[in-house]
Amino acid sequence: MAVPIIELQKVNKWYGEFHVLRNINLNVARGERIVVCGPSGSGKSTMIRCINRLEEHQQGHIIVDGTELTNDIKNIDAIRREVGMVFQHFNLFPHLTVLENLTLGPIWVLKKPKAEAEATAMKYLERVRIPEQAKKYPGQLSGGQQQRVAIARSLCMNPKIMLFDEPTSALDPEMVKEVLDVMVGLAEEGGMTMICVTHEMGFARKVANRVIFMDRGEIIEQNTPEEFFSNPQNERTQLFLSQILH
Amino acid sequence: MTTASESLPPPSISTGPIAWVRERLFSSPLNTVLTVLSVWLILMALPPFIEWALIKSSFTAATSQECRAGGGACWAFIGQKYRLILFGLYPYEEQWRPLIAAILLVAMIVASCMPRFWNVSLPIIWVGGLIVVAILMWGGVFGLRYVENTLWGGLPLTLILATFGIAIAFPFGIVLALGRRSRMPAIKTLCIMYIELIRGVPLISMLFMSSVMLPLFLPEGFSIDKLLRAQIAIILFAAAYIAEVVRGGLQAIPKGQYEGADSLGLSYGQKMRLVILPQALKIVIPPLVNLFIAAFKDTSLVVIIGIYDLMQSAKVSLTDPAWRGFSIEVYIFISIIYFLFCYSMSKYSQNLEKRLATGHKR
Repeated sequence: MAVPIIELQKVNKWYGEFHVLRNINLNVARGERIVVCGPSGSGKSTMIRCINRLEEHQQGHIIVDGTELTNDIKNIDAIRREVGMVFQHFNLFPHLTVLENLTLGPIWVLKKPKAEAEATAMKYLERVRIPEQAKKYPGQLSGGQQQRVAIARSLCMNPKIMLFDEPTSALDPEMVKEVLDVMVGLAEEGGMTMICVTHEMGFARKVANRVIFMDRGEIIEQNTPEEFFSNPQNERTQLFLSQILH
Repeated sequence: MTTASESLPPPSISTGPIAWVRERLFSSPLNTVLTVLSVWLILMALPPFIEWALIKSSFTAATSQECRAGGGACWAFIGQKYRLILFGLYPYEEQWRPLIAAILLVAMIVASCMPRFWNVSLPIIWVGGLIVVAILMWGGVFGLRYVENTLWGGLPLTLILATFGIAIAFPFGIVLALGRRSRMPAIKTLCIMYIELIRGVPLISMLFMSSVMLPLFLPEGFSIDKLLRAQIAIILFAAAYIAEVVRGGLQAIPKGQYEGADSLGLSYGQKMRLVILPQALKIVIPPLVNLFIAAFKDTSLVVIIGIYDLMQSAKVSLTDPAWRGFSIEVYIFISIIYFLFCYSMSKYSQNLEKRLATGHKR
């Protein structure tokens, strides 16, 4: 197996007394698409948030594309430039227009000229199918549109890895599909390493190379989607699947 | 036809002035009493004031006796003394210089408020403008007579103290607010101590300390100009208050905004400057302007260390034995000046809030 793009070695994390990540070991291959699921409070969001240092792990090693995450701010910045993240609540900047949201990172972090950043931004807005909203403010868009803008904002940084932290959980049901469609499109294009925390099992079946089940801070089971859904090994996985697949 | 399409008629609305009066002024017994009381108060107070200020007043009298004869306000006194009030002890024949300096300052402030100047030209305008103001006020070059800053006074002085006070205290306050939220314990402690210490002390005592105590701590023969000391005291004082207001704004910004900026790889400085502060400051415009207005008026406290600002020069104008007893007129005059500046700040801030409101519109 080639060198993994993300390595988590014996990662542990505590919130005070609460042991939120227990001995997490995970290797992600370049271009791999992983769906992480599990009951709420199982540490799945915390795990992917550790990968771009929005949360700090206290034990173990996290190595992203050859760079280890330490307190060194240079490493953190280098990794954040390679890792895009889409949040449950979009986290768009409400005081900037859609276009300004998309060009902020490229202009200030990647030091691209404004015209070039805007051209790239428009390209990705077209890809998420809302180029006509470029001059609006995020507050004027629907939830689904905002999330698509957020995806485009991450893509504008040209990341090698995309992390999705429950991207459809805060959306009204009728808007889930438009966001998933964009994500499926991104996956089918290939090349992008994706880790997606979601309960959208249809999405998992369709695009994931691997499904990971977490509970109480541990990785309980991981398998290909076919095996994972048709033949879950662990009792807790079976219970979880029976609860979400009615 | 479905039932949904059969909409209800709109609620009956009563329009017209009579309906308005009935609804707004006499809708309940309490409301009626309050209305009558208010009208009575206005009728009691307004006509005598108008009679005093306008009808019986004198605008042209040449002496105080003549002025008093009318029984109304003596605005002629203001006409006699306005140059002393506006420019203090500045040499009389040179007073065109502070006049131009004051106009220039106001013009620069107005320009700073207009978005069309929000680019590289603004710092250039300020640097150039301040040099001109300094040359005009001090003189000593280009054949202008040198005027010591102890002779400065009146409105230009008030404007200088307020402009520099606010312009320097604002960024300083932002730095203090960020410092107070810093994760570095030394910086955090320092900022907290500074803010709490300064907030716990009246401005008057700081002005006294700056003029009495500071020289004690400075090496022999080393002294800081009195005006500069007062200016520094005003800046230090205002900054502590601004810091707390800005901190309130920072706390109102959701964690997701920080994370969104972090995930893009923005540095701390970029994150604050481009994402967090624009939103935080927008939220705190009303309390910030409140502080700016307070700082503007608080400059009048420099009288206690013997600086002739607008307030003090107004008081000095009252000491002329030939024109005794027109203090009400003078205080109304300078109150109007203070009011014009403060009300402009207030109006501008409302305007700014409206213009910046687009971001949160849903």
